[in-house]
Amino acid sequence: MIAFLGFITLLLLGFFVGRYLESRHFSSIRQREAELVVLPNTNSRYQLIPMQQIERSELVTGSVVISIDYFKRIVAGLRSLIGGPVQSYETLLDRARREAILRMKESCPGACQIINVRVETSSIYNAAGNGIGSVELLAYGTAIYGQVQATNGL
Amino acid sequence: MFITNTETLPGKTIIDCFGVVSGSTVRAKHVGRDIMAGLKNVFGGELRGYTELLNESRDQALQRMTDQAAQLGANAIVNVRFSTSSVAAGAAEIYVYGTAVRVE
Repeated sequence: MIAFLGFITLLLLGFFVGRYLESRHFSSIRQREAELVVLPNTNSRYQLIPMQQIERSELVTGSVVISIDYFKRIVAGLRSLIGGPVQSYETLLDRARREAILRMKESCPGACQIINVRVETSSIYNAAGNGIGSVELLAYGTAIYGQVQATNGL
Repeated sequence: MFITNTETLPGKTIIDCFGVVSGSTVRAKHVGRDIMAGLKNVFGGELRGYTELLNESRDQALQRMTDQAAQLGANAIVNVRFSTSSVAAGAAEIYVYGTAVRVE
């Protein structure tokens, strides 16, 4: 009985607190994305904006480890019985990717553009090991500093 | 040391090539961090301890690659890629590799 109550408490905590934290994180992501829209990034290896003069370029990275809440983990477990889209993991991956790319952008203030962006996903603390459904995201690219050519461009 | 993940170094000319250099670290879980992660597991959200661990091991792998390139006499590394692989339960490897070159 006590175990059952504990389970219900964890479910409710996960549902309410997890949902609140996630929506707060998403609103922070949206706000920062709007602020950083001036720094374009591309996964093409060619420059997105023609540069008049390149001062320097450097490797920039951003990474994050995000875990799923208890409620969503149980729901995902149930979902795997019948198959179909696992929505709870979709939002987890979405916010982790966007956060990693935002951190990469934030790590190079003053840059004109980031080219050749790659995103790497991994999970060493997987559900089979210790029951933590978490995902590690690493985004990296080449930041270019310098003067942008005066065109109407993009 | 200039490091980029593009084939060329924007604004510079490559004059010499030294071949592939690489660096790697293997990291494992930490008990203290694991307890915090267990708590975080209920609410969801970022596992800061693990993010730090990831950052540290990435920096270390980059440093090892840079040291190797410096030994060869290179002053830049182009076309850098990151890769991760699991070697055992609870431990994973961060591997970074690129081409050491000399630029003007």
